[in-house]
Amino acid sequence: MVRDVEAGYGAVRVLHGVSMEVNEGETVALLGTNGNGKSTLLKCIMGIVRPDAGEIVLEEDGRRTSLVGRSPEEIVGLGIALVPEGRRLFPKLTVEENLLLGAYRREARAEIAGNLRFCLDAFPVLGERRRQLAGSLSGGEQQMLALARAVMSSPRILLVDEPSVGLAPILVSRVIAKIRELKESHHLTVLMAEQNFNQATKIADRGYIIVHGQIEFEGHSTRELAEHELVKKYYLGV
Amino acid sequence: MSGRVLLAVAVALVLAAVALTRVLENQYYYFATYVILQYVVLATAWNILGGYTGYVNFGSAAFFATGAYTAAVLIKAVAAPFPVLLVAGGLVAGLLGLGIGYLTLRLRGVFFAIATLALAVVLQTLVVNWGYVGGSRGIYTLRPARVPFFDNYVEFLFVVMVVLALGALATARWIERSWIGRGLVAIRDNEEAAECMGVPTLRLKLVATTVSGALMGVAGAPFPYYLTYMEPTSAFNLDYAINSLAMPMIGGTTTWVGPLVGAVLLGAAQQVATVTISSALNLLIVGLVVVAFVILAPEGIVGLFRRWRARARA
Repeated sequence: MVRDVEAGYGAVRVLHGVSMEVNEGETVALLGTNGNGKSTLLKCIMGIVRPDAGEIVLEEDGRRTSLVGRSPEEIVGLGIALVPEGRRLFPKLTVEENLLLGAYRREARAEIAGNLRFCLDAFPVLGERRRQLAGSLSGGEQQMLALARAVMSSPRILLVDEPSVGLAPILVSRVIAKIRELKESHHLTVLMAEQNFNQATKIADRGYIIVHGQIEFEGHSTRELAEHELVKKYYLGV
Repeated sequence: MSGRVLLAVAVALVLAAVALTRVLENQYYYFATYVILQYVVLATAWNILGGYTGYVNFGSAAFFATGAYTAAVLIKAVAAPFPVLLVAGGLVAGLLGLGIGYLTLRLRGVFFAIATLALAVVLQTLVVNWGYVGGSRGIYTLRPARVPFFDNYVEFLFVVMVVLALGALATARWIERSWIGRGLVAIRDNEEAAECMGVPTLRLKLVATTVSGALMGVAGAPFPYYLTYMEPTSAFNLDYAINSLAMPMIGGTTTWVGPLVGAVLLGAAQQVATVTISSALNLLIVGLVVVAFVILAPEGIVGLFRRWRARARA
């Protein structure tokens, strides 16, 4: 749950009081075009950007844990994993080394063998290219690797930042389908920032539209989102 | 190679070094090998930060001299026994590494390198103006008249350096295979991504600066006894900074073997040049070899060897 979060870089304010909620087991889309604060919000949740104000709280079995002021490694330790925008792989390490680094979290190290087997099964292409350098993979393969690497940390909550960026439409569909598949097999809660409305709403239960660092609209279903005028204006070109 | 085999090799090397002191009389060989071994320690230490983590340290001389001057002060003040010198030299240089890490690790790439170079200059200026250790005139250190088990002090120092070099290599190998090492490599490859993955980047970088600094300090601790007369220009010599960076680059920065290979080859070449031509040639040799490697074999000798083996297998 995120409440009244404000954040920015230096003198530039990016988020102006963003509030939103993601419930367990949901897939929530965070929709917005470039430069509206989607990535910044995800980075705030991960502890990579420190919010200036507001709360970010993880509620689990009745326990409330504030995420503000925690380091990224603590937040990863709580079971939150980020698939960063632009994938951010380790280009000069092999596919397998990338995956192992996904399991840096202490709790994940014990499950490393099982997770690795799962990832190589779920992403056969990564199995084939196990010893290849991550930088030599194609864009779609890299996105799959970024997803698999996040799963290696045995997360309960998966944050996905613009999985569609730089991919051909057919690959986007495949990546999106993979996210749904992972969500179901691992009982994940997913928050996905995306510009591609049509793709995101394929798997989202509901969503938020963020404009200029503020939540402009909360859609309780994908239909409500599709009917909203902002979506019509920005995405559907109506 | 498995750890047990390597351990056996290490023990055998120490025994061989001790045995050698029983046979070989010519002191020159001990002096020369000492210098090469000292570079094995320095290059290995540099590589933990520069090779694994990708932070280029240009101030190796500062850490080395910190160890050396810590030892000199302890000898002068309390006539501290030899093991204390090693521990204290490592401790003080390690703390320096930690402190410098805190101050400079926000800097990346060339800016970090400049900051470490500046550290060496600042420390040297401090020592030059520090009367207790002789300032720019330098400080004399008398070796203990006798050392148990060895015929003379140089042979003892030689064996000590063998042990230190093996210790440094073992440390580097251990780091390389641990989660620390994996995290350091992740930082080198993509620091932001490492952070996203929950790699504690700041903590790991501080571990790297501390361990690297401490090893360099330990390498410097026997230096006053080795030279018996030490002045700031020799302790802070640019040679240390350049060599400890060039040797891993020549050997290969991704494994603990690289700095060892680089230090032995380059160190030996310098010793030969010193005897046959002139020591003034040393830096020129380093410069030429580094340029050649950066252009022709950026992954060093270890990288060349790996590629050759991969091709032989294919």
